[in-house]
Amino acid sequence: MELNPPLEIDKALLKKRNAAETRFKLYGLAAVLTAVLVLGLLLTSIVSKGYTAFEQTYILLDVRLDQATIDPKGTGRQEDLAAASYRGILRDALKEQFPEAESRNEKRSLYGLVGSAAEYDLRNAVLENPKLVGTTATIAVKASDDVDSYIKGFIPRDVPQSDRKIKDQELGWLDTLEADDRVIKKFNIDFFTHADSREPEEAGILGAVIGSLYTLAITLALCFPIGVLTAIYLEEFAPRNRWTDIIEVNINNLAAVPSIVFGLLGLAIFLNFFGLPRSAPLVGGMVLALMTLPTIIIASRAALKAVPPSIREAALGMGASRMQTVFHHVFPLAMPGILTGTILGMAQALGETAPLLMIGMVAFIADIPGSINDAATVLPVQIFLWADSPERGFVEKTSAAIMVLLAFLVVMNAIAVLLRKRFERRW
Amino acid sequence: MEQLALFFALIFLIILGYILGKGRAVALSGHAYHPLHSRLPYYGLYTAIWCGLPSLLLMAGWMAFEPAIAEAIVSSKLSASNQNLTSDQITLYVNDVINLASGGIISREVNNDLQAATDSYIFFRQISYFAMAVVAISLSLGGLFSSLKSISPDLRARNKVEKIISVVMMACSTIAILTTVGIVFSLIFETLRFFNKVPLTEFLFGLHWSPQTALRTDQVGGSGSFGAVPLFAGTMLITFISMVVAVPVGLMSAIYMSEYAGKKFRAFAKPLLEILAGIPTVVYGFFAALTVAPFFRNSGEFFGLDVSSESALAAGMVMGIMIIPFISSLSDDVMNSVPQSLRDASYAMGATKSETITKVILPAALPGIVGAVLLAMSRAIGETMIVVMAAGLAANLTANPLEAVTTVTVQIVTLLVGDQEFDSAKTLAAFALGLLLFIVTLAMNIVALKVVRKYREKYD
Repeated sequence: MELNPPLEIDKALLKKRNAAETRFKLYGLAAVLTAVLVLGLLLTSIVSKGYTAFEQTYILLDVRLDQATIDPKGTGRQEDLAAASYRGILRDALKEQFPEAESRNEKRSLYGLVGSAAEYDLRNAVLENPKLVGTTATIAVKASDDVDSYIKGFIPRDVPQSDRKIKDQELGWLDTLEADDRVIKKFNIDFFTHADSREPEEAGILGAVIGSLYTLAITLALCFPIGVLTAIYLEEFAPRNRWTDIIEVNINNLAAVPSIVFGLLGLAIFLNFFGLPRSAPLVGGMVLALMTLPTIIIASRAALKAVPPSIREAALGMGASRMQTVFHHVFPLAMPGILTGTILGMAQALGETAPLLMIGMVAFIADIPGSINDAATVLPVQIFLWADSPERGFVEKTSAAIMVLLAFLVVMNAIAVLLRKRFERRW
Repeated sequence: MEQLALFFALIFLIILGYILGKGRAVALSGHAYHPLHSRLPYYGLYTAIWCGLPSLLLMAGWMAFEPAIAEAIVSSKLSASNQNLTSDQITLYVNDVINLASGGIISREVNNDLQAATDSYIFFRQISYFAMAVVAISLSLGGLFSSLKSISPDLRARNKVEKIISVVMMACSTIAILTTVGIVFSLIFETLRFFNKVPLTEFLFGLHWSPQTALRTDQVGGSGSFGAVPLFAGTMLITFISMVVAVPVGLMSAIYMSEYAGKKFRAFAKPLLEILAGIPTVVYGFFAALTVAPFFRNSGEFFGLDVSSESALAAGMVMGIMIIPFISSLSDDVMNSVPQSLRDASYAMGATKSETITKVILPAALPGIVGAVLLAMSRAIGETMIVVMAAGLAANLTANPLEAVTTVTVQIVTLLVGDQEFDSAKTLAAFALGLLLFIVTLAMNIVALKVVRKYREKYD
């Protein structure tokens, strides 16, 4: 009997196969790194465009605050001080600084160095310190958005004048001001305390943040109880029949319906049929609640399912009713999972834009909403609106608003992760 | 604000009902020979429910229907007094009345008639509010007293409360159904009105889309044609580009994460991928419009190509990035559910890891991966913000990814944002597009779920 010859190993083939193995592994690594790289690119591009929005350029002007022009009667009362025409005073100060501006056009571009609401900076300074009246004070007023962009380096000097928002003459004035150390940057508190504005230097996100808060409050108030009760019913009580099957399939399908369709639903039913107010957080919250409901139901059901049957059997064995078993024992144990799912659903609702466009939350709103029936906008829609604005100054505002939105989302997700880590039990 | 006050009053009554009901049960519980049927809190809950539920339901119903009724009353009064007004004029007038009543800006001068109509409108709303408030409070008090009176040791409070809670739970679970019904009805209703004006065949097969309808007959350029084929083509082009990006990257990263990556690398990379899924779409839209699109435009110029600043390529690529985590997490699940025995058998035959993956695991997981891709595609088709911000508005029928195309969702947004009359073909077209979107995504989801489920049964 002859033994089988030793297995011949095709060295060349083996080498090829090993090379293919390495290549395949590298493709995989490249795919993961691509995704991570893109994420990095996205975040860097937003931060690099947006961090400047947290600073605002101010121009220091020597303003002559004559008693005669501000408070001719000398009462010193706040109302009288507030009623004076600060625009004129501000313009005089600018003219004094640059007497060479004489023609109408020159004067107009000179006045354009400061923001359109700069007179209120002046007024507030006077109201804060009425002793300034009658003196010549150095006061910081907001620069206009173009000047702001130029100082932050977004408007290059070395392009032809016609392609540039800041003309040569204004550049000259700004150079003089900079040489005198009259151009300063301050933390842009207005970005967090103002509502939207047509002027980039005046626009802030507070209105949108409050609108988002109202909207999310409505969403949470509606979809948390409804979602949790639905989940409990389907998981613990519902008989297995055709009707519950339909409900289940329905919920799964709703989870995949494009969000804009929920906007159409809100427009047709809530606005046109029920006549609820347009642009209101009430309607926005209702639409988002319908959209988030499947997420919360699915997460809550998973959390309820994770509670072992022994808990139920023990409670039932002690004589508790089914309702008592669920509400006294199963539900509290499933609570961390339910809350995690709810927070994630809320985070999704906070970032949602498309359905809110349909129900008119896309209007320009310069007031901070006072109730759930007021016209309002939300943070992502504000981002959308600013991204559409042509002014250069809004680019950094948009990026900054995105940073704020992402910060909210990070906090919400961190809470969800913490909840899961801290309270979730493995059985 | 008035509603809020009433709401808090009701909440107060409900809490009061709970305390009183429980207190009454406590007073009754002294009898050693006649113990209470239920535990004490159930008597409180019983009273609270009878105190709160009817009036809260009434209030919800009133809030839902009252504005529409008030509006109907104003317009019926108006059409009774001015027969010669058309229905559009009446609608405008009524809008002005409502805006004036809420202190808003209106489109005409305030004259005596308008002021009178507004005053009567405000008066009606106040009357109806007070009537509702009185009825709600008396319902609440009535429920409180009658339920307090009925509390006795024999009252089966727990059973009654549980019955009501289970009815409430059932009602909640039907809301999901109602949502679907609402979507279908609102879309179908408006879509039928649209097809009264524009034939179905033109909508589905027409090659020209320009929804501007003429305001006056002599106006130029307001032809208003509703052939939606360019929109479908644009949607498909962008979806295709996004799949070209997302499927290889998502699938390969899922393979790497589940088969190759060490524990440390996974712990680092997996959350990062999940962050990609959590970023709001409006942020992707901004990224696409301000970073990616100019980048493609500039590199196109460098190579002598004419790339539109709203190219389908930029929108599609960014959408693909958004979808990567979706595909990778779904296919990760699918590949993990391939039984270990298949892997072991393949290794035992001398196959390398990559050979095992491509020849054994992927074929076994294929139905699930197809399902994942279908789900991802339906998400790409329905995605709105990225395309609204980065894709074009003009309906070009082209397969060139460097040109601007528009999509179904973009058109829905542009048709419906801003002021609109509710019966023009332009507005109704948005609902027809919405219905189409709903049907297509629903069909894709059903198919995808079927495919996934069928596959799962194989190895369980």
